[in-house]
Amino acid sequence: MASSRTVPDRIGYFGPFGGQFVPETVMAALAQLDDAYRRARRDARFQAELRQLLQSYAGRPTPLYFATRLSQALGRGVRIYLKREDLLHTGAHKINNALGQALLAVRMKKRRLIAETGAGQHGVATATVAALFGLECEVFMGQEDMRRQALNVFRMRLLGARVVPVTSGTKTLKDACSEAIRNWVTTVRTTHYCIGSVVGPHPYPLLVRDFQSVIGREARRQLLAREGRLPDALVACVGGGSNAIGLFHPFRNDRRVQCIGVEAGGTSLAPGHHAATLLKGRPGVLHGAYSQLLQDREGQILSTASISAGLDYPGVGPEHAYYQLTRRARYAAVSDAQALRGVQLLTRTEGILPALEPAHAVAYLERLVPRLRRRAVVILGLSGRGDKDVQTIADRLNGTAAHRV
Amino acid sequence: MERLRTACNRLCSARRTALVPFIMGGDPSLEATKRLIVALEAAGADVIEIGVPFSDPLADGPIIQAASARALARGARPRRIFSAVASVRSRVTVPLVCLTYWNPVLQFGRPAPQAFFRAAHASGFDGVIVPDLPIEAAAAAKRSAAREDVATIFLAAPTSPPPRLRAVARASEGFIYYVSVIGTTGVRRALPAGLLHGVRQLKLLTTKPVYVGFGISTPGQAARVGRAADGVIIGSALIHVIAAARGRSAVQAAASFVARMRRAVGR
Repeated sequence: MASSRTVPDRIGYFGPFGGQFVPETVMAALAQLDDAYRRARRDARFQAELRQLLQSYAGRPTPLYFATRLSQALGRGVRIYLKREDLLHTGAHKINNALGQALLAVRMKKRRLIAETGAGQHGVATATVAALFGLECEVFMGQEDMRRQALNVFRMRLLGARVVPVTSGTKTLKDACSEAIRNWVTTVRTTHYCIGSVVGPHPYPLLVRDFQSVIGREARRQLLAREGRLPDALVACVGGGSNAIGLFHPFRNDRRVQCIGVEAGGTSLAPGHHAATLLKGRPGVLHGAYSQLLQDREGQILSTASISAGLDYPGVGPEHAYYQLTRRARYAAVSDAQALRGVQLLTRTEGILPALEPAHAVAYLERLVPRLRRRAVVILGLSGRGDKDVQTIADRLNGTAAHRV
Repeated sequence: MERLRTACNRLCSARRTALVPFIMGGDPSLEATKRLIVALEAAGADVIEIGVPFSDPLADGPIIQAASARALARGARPRRIFSAVASVRSRVTVPLVCLTYWNPVLQFGRPAPQAFFRAAHASGFDGVIVPDLPIEAAAAAKRSAAREDVATIFLAAPTSPPPRLRAVARASEGFIYYVSVIGTTGVRRALPAGLLHGVRQLKLLTTKPVYVGFGISTPGQAARVGRAADGVIIGSALIHVIAAARGRSAVQAAASFVARMRRAVGR
């Protein structure tokens, strides 16, 4: 069971998942990173420096907000709390991890950061910390994502980062990730690869999880102070799965707390039309880790589709695959259309515009609440704000009657 | 496995620089792959590497990425590449080595990874190279390949510290694949500085043959590498020749390119 031993083990396995499946050229760099992170984890100065930056620069702690009108709209006396990562500097939870990794990069004397990005939030976070620490920054982004997240492309450039369009494959997050790894293979002596999610080879799933666990630690403390009890359920969206792991992990030993990850259901659950990796995948190796994967019978990676660039990925973090295997968490899918309804629901009831990614989690509440006991308490991971998605949302809602609901 | 080991050792003691061309299975077609295998041996290849394409080849630069995509688009599934190889195996005597990524091996069939190695062996392959399977993760794969009489060849990189180099050398069978550059596969104008030094350092740690690949593009470069290494692997440059020639002349163009490389590294 998830609670009975610590994961990952020394070599990065969460049960059968995880590990290191990368070209030999970067193996030494992974060992160096593993070593640097092990020392940083125990180093009070590193932790204090990170805590200080999270508070004074990123805006932690974020509020745990009781969503009165959303709760009323969903009924049954269920009380919904929003963990407001959308209020962080740069507009999403990604900054928690980017700050941690930038501090590590500086410790390893690497003056250049590279990153992959889908929705652009991790790219913006990495470009931001690069500016903050005076580091060089290059962000790999699928050409298709650059089109649909044009605002974030401009933000990254404004921050001094170079945005490299990726034109191979599906031109989305998967290919951006491959290209970032290839670049890292080439520049590994001077460059730290700042991975944006709990994916990739060990130690990335471990260190990104640790840097994001601040979300769950705060939420747990805040809810105990406010309600005097633990939640019945945690709900968060899952692409690679960093905000969800960040929320779930500090509750992993609270066996009564249900953890539910919500994946991108796209337009349908037919192959190529969604990004619901945990629902529809099989174990395999992509981007350095053994985890669940959307692939064909012969192990070629399938293309994915989602209205949300940040969830549009055929893999998932190995710790999620492990939580699913051990039933510590369960996973569901929400379609593009439902996610748009989620955007409208939260905007109209609370005046909060969520990013399309957490809008999937919001939409899932309509399915979850009827199955919860009356007056249950739910924490929803509101991982980012929706400003970046206004154009996409407008395009999708115009021409339908939905926006007049 | 024995054929590969014997061939590599024999080349080494005869002081002949091994010439190892790489082609992508199914690019431009499976029919061409068959003819290429025969023609490359005749042109002077000592070992032939044949790729089984993967959708997301992390160690490869644009040329081999494009070749993988072309092969996949034309339906170059592992089983079809294996049958193509099997159909010409008796016409060539050189060892054949299969290069692919770990996921296609894992998904090939049950029990994994043994099913892949069994099929590879049955089609006439003598060894496999899996660039995203580092030695730490390879113990079980190595045992199951050995049961199927398939050699496992591992990569050593300029960034590998000496203890890793020693471990790679111990694990690698037939030859050790030394990666010439800190980077992905691809055509390069110049050899990286320090390459020959790196090769000599590795050779101090092992008695096994050291073959160098990644970026060796011209006969001149091959000749220089051949002075320090036991073999040279020609990948992207050859793939480029094949892609540029198109169609029927591709086999001819590839053979004459490999023949030039042969003359450059010596008979």
